[in-house]
Amino acid sequence: MTEWAASVVVVGAGPAGIAAAIRAEGAGRSVILIDQAQRPGGQIWRHRDRAALPRQARSWLQRLDRSSVRLLTGASVVDAEPSSRLRVDLGGRPLGVRWNDALVLATGSHERFVPFPGWTLPGVVGVGGAQALLKSGMDVAGMEVVLAGSGPLLLPVAATLSRAGANLTLVAEQAPLGRVIRFGAALWRSPSRWLDAARYRAGFLRTPYRTGTWVLRAEGEDRVREVTLTDGDGERTLPCDLLCTGFGLTPASELARLLGCATDGWRVKVDGVQATSEDGVYCAGEACGIAGAEIAILEGEIAGLAAAGDRAGAERLGRRRPPHDRFVAGLAQAFRLREELSALPAGTTLVCRCEDVPLERLRDFGSTREAKLHTRAGMGPCQGRICQPALQHFFGWGIDSVRPPLFPTSLSVLAAPEEDESPPPPTSIT
Amino acid sequence: MSVESEVGLTVDGETVSSAADITVAAALLNLGKWRFRRSVSGSPRTPLCGMGTCHECLVTVDGDRHRRACMIPVRAGMRIETDD
Repeated sequence: MTEWAASVVVVGAGPAGIAAAIRAEGAGRSVILIDQAQRPGGQIWRHRDRAALPRQARSWLQRLDRSSVRLLTGASVVDAEPSSRLRVDLGGRPLGVRWNDALVLATGSHERFVPFPGWTLPGVVGVGGAQALLKSGMDVAGMEVVLAGSGPLLLPVAATLSRAGANLTLVAEQAPLGRVIRFGAALWRSPSRWLDAARYRAGFLRTPYRTGTWVLRAEGEDRVREVTLTDGDGERTLPCDLLCTGFGLTPASELARLLGCATDGWRVKVDGVQATSEDGVYCAGEACGIAGAEIAILEGEIAGLAAAGDRAGAERLGRRRPPHDRFVAGLAQAFRLREELSALPAGTTLVCRCEDVPLERLRDFGSTREAKLHTRAGMGPCQGRICQPALQHFFGWGIDSVRPPLFPTSLSVLAAPEEDESPPPPTSIT
Repeated sequence: MSVESEVGLTVDGETVSSAADITVAAALLNLGKWRFRRSVSGSPRTPLCGMGTCHECLVTVDGDRHRRACMIPVRAGMRIETDD
């Protein structure tokens, strides 16, 4: 297996990872930055045309262009070996990536889904999922679209759908109005967040935004054709070609957990300079708590300096970080899932979409591990990333341990011996 | 107005054209493909997460099975088979 090495290796090229890479490089270190996507930016700065991005995103991407950071795109980390090395699937070929001094995890988050009857129908996508598909070229002009889920992400996605010409008929937020208002009021210290919210809302003015409203079921023969929602009193059915549904974000901590980093729920635990419980391993951005891009950038900068050995600089920056634990907790509290959502799935509703395991087959077990062994729930290609948060929500089950490979990969990637000198595929490396 | 160039693809044996610089997932949806794969019990599936996590969008690309359509950009001459 070909091996690449650098002083600092950063996994995830979103805002946190880019900031970490730039700061570590600025401190004189050699840096490799790895991402699964074809372009840097992560989900929030995902783009086809860089000119369309906000100024801050363009500026960080430009700094990355001008830096000596080696960017490895289209690359999935499938395993981490204790010998300071990642095993990477680069377009189906194996690559070892070694960090000599520090590893920074900036792996972001996954969208959280709540299973309901019909959620596996074609045309039912995530809220972040819709945003990602729109940014990668999906055409929604003229489609009947309903957005039903929870969290601040509903607003920018509604604005994007509307701008793309969709006939967006309803935006349904499951949290009750009181909680949404209290969350908004608590943001008075962050005028930029207020401005963002107002700008997004202005982007879909013709569509109602209903709080305390949630999806009951999606129906259709071969794809979704209509969706039924409720506000707890009445039911309302709307025609629908595309149903966007997502209930907030879950930190993507698989690689951190594989490396043995301590976690609090899904969040990776870090100290004041973003160091995890494992020596030389740092974590920044949403993997340590859902708090938005601004904080992710700052955490990335702190982690990058610390990873490069500039502890004093990292601590100095760390003092600028707002006490974001309160924001993370406030967000989770405001948009916590209402009781009624636990009753959404029928017995036959699939919870594990990879292995097609319905809720009724899962009820009798006591843990994620037990259910997995008996039903294969969570053993398919997504490795439980979609169903585990749902199982946690329905049954209060804990988070199961992580095993390699982190993503499905070929045997040739997994079995490649360490010393094999096959030539690297240089086209993906800039 | 931006002019997007087009690329030719073969989707399920049919020659089609797609906007360049978009993902295979976006191209298939734009072509009205509402079945990317069949689940283990045979039901049709299309992308859910759009960002490489859920693996609902697996298709065959140039003979390689089980590729994530949402992670791969279209390329001129690409052969895509759905219903994996």
